[in-house]
Amino acid sequence: MVPVHEKILANQRFHELVARRNRFSVTLSLIVLAVYIGFVSVAVFNPALFSAPFLGTSAWCVGLIAGFCIQAFAFVMTGIYTLRANGQFDRLAREAIRGGQA
Amino acid sequence: MTRIFFMASAAMVVLTGWAMAAGGAIEGEVAKRSVNYIAIGMFLFFVAATLVLTAWAARRTRSASDFYTAGGGITGFQNGLAIAGDYMSAAAFLGVSGMVFGKGVDGIFYTVGWTVGWPLILFMIAERLRNLGKFTFADVASFRFEQTRIRTLSAFGALTVVVFYLIAQMVGAGKLIQLLFGLEYSYAVILVGVLMMLYVTFGGMLATTWVQIVKAVLLLGGCTVLVILGLAQFGFSPEAMMRAALDNHAAHEEILKPSSSISDPIAAVSLALALMCGPAGLPHILMRFFTVPDAKAARKSVFYATGFIGYFFILAVTIGFLAITLVGTNPAYLDGAGKLIGGGNMAAIHLSGEVGGDVFLGFISAVAFATILAVVSGLALSGASAVSHDLYARVIRNGKASDKQEMRVSRIATLMLGVIAIVLGLAFENQNIAFMVGLAFGLAASVNFPVLFLSLFWKGMTTRGAFIGGLIGLVSAVACVVLGPTVWVSVLGFAAPIFPWDQYALFSMSAAFFGIWFFSVTDRSARAALDKAGYPAQFVRSETGLGAAGALAH
Repeated sequence: MVPVHEKILANQRFHELVARRNRFSVTLSLIVLAVYIGFVSVAVFNPALFSAPFLGTSAWCVGLIAGFCIQAFAFVMTGIYTLRANGQFDRLAREAIRGGQA
Repeated sequence: MTRIFFMASAAMVVLTGWAMAAGGAIEGEVAKRSVNYIAIGMFLFFVAATLVLTAWAARRTRSASDFYTAGGGITGFQNGLAIAGDYMSAAAFLGVSGMVFGKGVDGIFYTVGWTVGWPLILFMIAERLRNLGKFTFADVASFRFEQTRIRTLSAFGALTVVVFYLIAQMVGAGKLIQLLFGLEYSYAVILVGVLMMLYVTFGGMLATTWVQIVKAVLLLGGCTVLVILGLAQFGFSPEAMMRAALDNHAAHEEILKPSSSISDPIAAVSLALALMCGPAGLPHILMRFFTVPDAKAARKSVFYATGFIGYFFILAVTIGFLAITLVGTNPAYLDGAGKLIGGGNMAAIHLSGEVGGDVFLGFISAVAFATILAVVSGLALSGASAVSHDLYARVIRNGKASDKQEMRVSRIATLMLGVIAIVLGLAFENQNIAFMVGLAFGLAASVNFPVLFLSLFWKGMTTRGAFIGGLIGLVSAVACVVLGPTVWVSVLGFAAPIFPWDQYALFSMSAAFFGIWFFSVTDRSARAALDKAGYPAQFVRSETGLGAAGALAH
């Protein structure tokens, strides 16, 4: 008897799922990493920009506002992933499993 | 079982009252603060409520799955709150606001790093962890490898992280309670240790999770009120608040510049790595992914957790800036030298008294104590499960232990961890323990994280590579800490550190990843062939959840 996982591995839908989900999660990870690396680089290599007044006149500096925004942005990114993974990707996963067990 | 619990709880309440009363008698010699009865009253109320919660949880905790993972019946939203609760430790609440109070924008560098790790955990690890694991992260790390070696490595990785973190929390708890309640250090440490043992041995993961949820709600609510009351003093204008902070801080505009600890590129990259990857190797956080029924709920819990954590850190940073004006300019909170009474970490506590009076001060103090209690309980449970599930059931008994035996061992392990935490907490009272938190995060990032990450994504990894690479990570992390400025200079008293940086994750993580790679690709053993052959089955299960341990609760 062929193990279930080998049937699933032979299923086109499974590879479609993995490829799509990986492309999505790698893209989102790279975006988050790029934003974070950008933030750290400004703090290390351009402290003047980091501590410049926000919008030119505010007492709040650019780095602080950017930091708060990145924290909000992290939340939004997890929301985007969860929405798509819990809908579209889980549907594909169910189809892949059914294909493998059939 | 229930009878033992009620007797223990009753004894606990009597003891707490006795300890608090005794605290009054010794207040003059140890504590600068007088006994704070409102704070003690609120804290006793919290303890009573959590003990009732534990009694309820104890009746529902029957199987090993109930004990370790609350039967997998926690919802995504509840788990999100609990994860955020584990993360919002007293160090994060008092430490971040204190850092902003003292140095300004440095605080935001930490909070961004701590928040940004979460989306990455979600995209890469969360659902795979849920699909592969049952009770502990070692289930996942050892999925296709030789059980004995990898389980042992992971269990020791988990235990060392837990013990260092636990000591740091215990010492912090003792110091904090001395200041907040006017209670003697040793009573405080014993109180935290005994309550933790009660929650975990009787209520298991269900009680531990709900204690964490209650505390997370109290902490988020308390901080929100604190920020609102603080901003009210500035006519609800963040601009006026920041303007006043710049005018009143001794360093003025300098507080908007990142300090030297961040401007060195190697230190900054190392710190950023430890902040980002550390959480993905903390056993008490990873364990939370097994308390939800499936991958869908695991994703949701990270989504909610990220929201709560991001919101909490915005509050904590704002509290620091509020305190600069409202606390830093008030001589009532400063000692002769112009330093904050009770140390830099007390900024948020003083602020609560300033804007909300004694009742609010009591509330925030009680919440700070509850925070330590909840985090310590989560740590103890994950440490106990490493002993009972990984070492006892899988390594010593080869998977032949019954549910009942496994649970008994984990309860004994919890009691032992509680005793160890109390003894070491007392022993380290006057030691410099700042390095212990750094060591816990560094070990998590350089032992647990590389093994877990590569076991998920690299099919070429072998038992030998994981074992030797993990050990290299462990040894290099410990070496960097011992030879670095915090231990070599501050604790051991040498003139110059051999390893010049406080932040070392860049080096120890690279060493671990390289070690795993090198000793895997050169591995020609029969076991290596088995390890690689196991990858397809693991891959399908991690991607689809087929065969994953499901929710057993009702």
